Amino acid sequence: MTDTAEVLKEKLIRRIYGYLSEGEVPFLSMPSRNKENIVLDEKYMVWKYGDKSLTRSAKTVDGAEYILKSLYVAGFIDEMLKGKKTSTLREMYYISEGWGPGKFHSQDESDMQAEDLEVLTALLREDFGLRPEENGASIIGDVTIEERNRKGEFKKINCKDDVGDGGYTIPYSVENNKLRLKETGAKLVLAIETGGMFDRLVENGFDERYNCVLVHLKGQPARSTRRLLKRMNEELKLPVYVFTDGDPWSFRIFASVAYGAIKTAHISDYLAVPTAEFIGITASDILSYDLPTDVLTDKDVQALNAELKDPRFQTEFWKNEIGTMLGMNKKAEQQALAKYGLDYVTDKYLPDKLFSPGDMM
Amino acid sequence: MPKKTNEISRNREISISEFFEKNRHILGFDSPTKALYMTVKEAIDNSIDACEEHSILPDISVSIDKVDQDDLRITVEDNGPGIDPLEVASVFGKLLYGSRFHAMRQSRGQQGIGITAAVLYGQISTGSHAVVKTKQAADDVAYSFEISIDITRNEGIVHERKSFIWDRQHGTSVSIAMKGKYQVGRQSAFEYLKETAVVNPHMDLRFTDPSGKNFHFPRSVEVPPSPSISMKPYPLGLELGEIQQMAHQTQSEKMKSFLTSSFNRVSSNVADEILQKTGISPDSDPRELTASQARSLMNAFKEVKLMAPPTEALSPVGPEFIRKGLKSVYEDQHPSFYSRPVLRPPGVYNGNPFQVEAGIVFGGDLPVEENVRIVRFVNKVPLLFQQGACAITQAVSTIDWRPFGLDQKQGTGIPFGPMIVMVHVCGTKIPYTSESKEAIASVESISEEIVLALRQVGRDVRRFLNKRERRSQINEKFRLIRELIPAISEKASVLLEKPAPPIDPVIAKVANVILIAEEFKTTDDSVSVKCTVCNYTRSSRSLKIYPDPPAGELLGQKFYEITDLAPSLSYDFAFSIKGISKNYDGTDYYFTGIDPVFVQGAEPLPADWELGGMKIEEEVEE
Repeated sequence: MTDTAEVLKEKLIRRIYGYLSEGEVPFLSMPSRNKENIVLDEKYMVWKYGDKSLTRSAKTVDGAEYILKSLYVAGFIDEMLKGKKTSTLREMYYISEGWGPGKFHSQDESDMQAEDLEVLTALLREDFGLRPEENGASIIGDVTIEERNRKGEFKKINCKDDVGDGGYTIPYSVENNKLRLKETGAKLVLAIETGGMFDRLVENGFDERYNCVLVHLKGQPARSTRRLLKRMNEELKLPVYVFTDGDPWSFRIFASVAYGAIKTAHISDYLAVPTAEFIGITASDILSYDLPTDVLTDKDVQALNAELKDPRFQTEFWKNEIGTMLGMNKKAEQQALAKYGLDYVTDKYLPDKLFSPGDMM
Repeated sequence: MPKKTNEISRNREISISEFFEKNRHILGFDSPTKALYMTVKEAIDNSIDACEEHSILPDISVSIDKVDQDDLRITVEDNGPGIDPLEVASVFGKLLYGSRFHAMRQSRGQQGIGITAAVLYGQISTGSHAVVKTKQAADDVAYSFEISIDITRNEGIVHERKSFIWDRQHGTSVSIAMKGKYQVGRQSAFEYLKETAVVNPHMDLRFTDPSGKNFHFPRSVEVPPSPSISMKPYPLGLELGEIQQMAHQTQSEKMKSFLTSSFNRVSSNVADEILQKTGISPDSDPRELTASQARSLMNAFKEVKLMAPPTEALSPVGPEFIRKGLKSVYEDQHPSFYSRPVLRPPGVYNGNPFQVEAGIVFGGDLPVEENVRIVRFVNKVPLLFQQGACAITQAVSTIDWRPFGLDQKQGTGIPFGPMIVMVHVCGTKIPYTSESKEAIASVESISEEIVLALRQVGRDVRRFLNKRERRSQINEKFRLIRELIPAISEKASVLLEKPAPPIDPVIAKVANVILIAEEFKTTDDSVSVKCTVCNYTRSSRSLKIYPDPPAGELLGQKFYEITDLAPSLSYDFAFSIKGISKNYDGTDYYFTGIDPVFVQGAEPLPADWELGGMKIEEEVEE
């Protein structure tokens, strides 16, 4: 890996300094990070940022504040690297209190700035020693890994035999210097949106019965969760299936796993699993399984309509799903399958979906 | 309290007590909430009127106490002149008693019926007597009365009269128990008191609500308004019949002296002109005026040039006092701006002079998303009901407020924004939409004046908003140049461990203007201002700068001449402004001698600067 501090200097600090020395008004340009500027990368089959760019110039107060803040963040990262420390994004937000005019006004702003620095430098937040607040989600199933502990020793863990019912907790960084994937006896990875369903599958022994690795996504999955899914898919050759609620937000969860998320489109090739498959709950499941439903809220309808305009959802499958859901004006949770008993999901629904050919998307 | 009345002959007597008992809604006592409001209103109106007539600065306290579940006791105490003990029974116990009812001048009390109605309502709803205490300056002792009303005979009955020592020179207190309900809100007794304080800044008002909570609206003006006086009719707008009646009842023997003595603003010269136009002989007897002569007089009144009707009969609050009143009542909302209140010249409606004044309170904690608040007054009396029907509301709605910086749907209707619009119409005879006298009728001449007054204060709001906008742009630019770009340069060089590069060329590119901005310090009655002129362009510049303070007297040079100010250098000058300190919101600067594209923070000097002296903002009369 290149020296992070050097890259930051090269791509950011020297650039700004250079403009000033030449008597030019400093500016920073980078791809616009929104839905309107993501395109399909044909090589990796994931969605990445397109050509539209956003320029921030010190000609305006907002632009100048932005540039100043990015310098402060770079300086902060530099210090952490020298002291071999890491911090949470939230800690950085609070530390910025002391940055005078470079101070952040919300954590959203500082999180965004950290991501912008990734885009600008083509490095990762993890390289900067910045990590998210929440700890990773958990996995359970027959996969053996080695994780480097605080003493710097790699410790072998089998995520089926060496963990309790809570499973193995994914650390914030899952790169090779922290986590190595050793071997697996599993045949597939099943990523599950909600904790309730994850626990149900664990209690019913689904992982052992069907020889799979269960991953709890905890809603919209964290980067490390997505990265680990990607590595299991690439390095252990395990196919990835995604099992979520049947509502517009769950569609987005699947999209971020399979196609890449809009906020992190600069690293989609590193996080997304383009071969991941969506199991359900599909809109048609709601009808064919006659599941208990809720009426769509205004926000749900808005989200579905936004998805109709989202380039990632422009496939026959998704247009159908979204159209059907809007048509029936209903949504269902994955735990609604309990209508047919606690074992129905493990005895019938998932086996049918996973192992009956022709019933998949 | 009702004023002392000496001329019994001027009082009329209408036996309506019984009628009222059965039709109390006609006088506004139709619900316990409204009854409470009416009582407070009538009592405080009487108190202020009585003080005004005797040029007393009113100290008034109002308290509302809970008697039991449904009953409240309202007590209003003032430092007014007191009431003749012999008159107390009539003043409080006889409906339609009071000279005010027939007076031809501006006064608060409207019907001469109010306080007695309150006494009667209290009697009907609780069976208890009103308690009145009063003391006149000439008396050594004060008297206390218990009063009820003999409904069939429309007479006050005194149940108990005691004398006692009262620790005050003069004053009156009335206390009435009644079935009532205390509420707060836009149409409440509390709101009435609050708004009354706005237009009576010379009043000190204390209020205690039923929960024991105390409010104080302190006096902000130490001068009592001069008492309003009666006046002769102004010639314009009189009905034919009124002219005839005046002629037939006059004491004058001759036409010319009738004209000069019976009408306002008819001088000897004007009378001659009128008589010449009508062909009526100056020596003819006015008591023999014919209908056609009266008609030609009426026409001649319109043709001659008359001075505006005298304002002595009118008693506007006055611009400075309105501002003080608004401030003392609404300061808890921390408004960012009080408009310069506007007092329109008097107008005439049907021979009766009237005058409109308006003020605006803007910003601060006032709600941004709601309709602006309209606070209406007639003759210093707040109007809380029938807002929609009132000419004031309609005037507000007809104006397109969007150019003044407010939100308004399609440019009509009540606009939205953090604003209170205050309009006071005073006059000897104000047309109302109905007998309840809660809304001014839309009469063209009055509506026009209200619109003009509102536009004038509206322009003031626009000026304020423009100024605020300009200031914030300049402050942003200053921040960019003085803080952010140097900070970027410093941080980048520290991180690279290199010397900071010179940033002047960058700053010239970012700004390329001469920035003019001030800092100021305020003392009790003056402001000292330091103005900085920075040349952020790339050439030397020369210009002249003229400061124009918003008010007060400028102590300093009329203009400052700056010659060959080199790039990135600045020039400071200082001056002070006397007679202003509170709410100083910045001086305007004007310049000459340089292309306006190179200047930010000042405006080009208007062409009429020298002609207009220090006053630049002309008032455009639409």
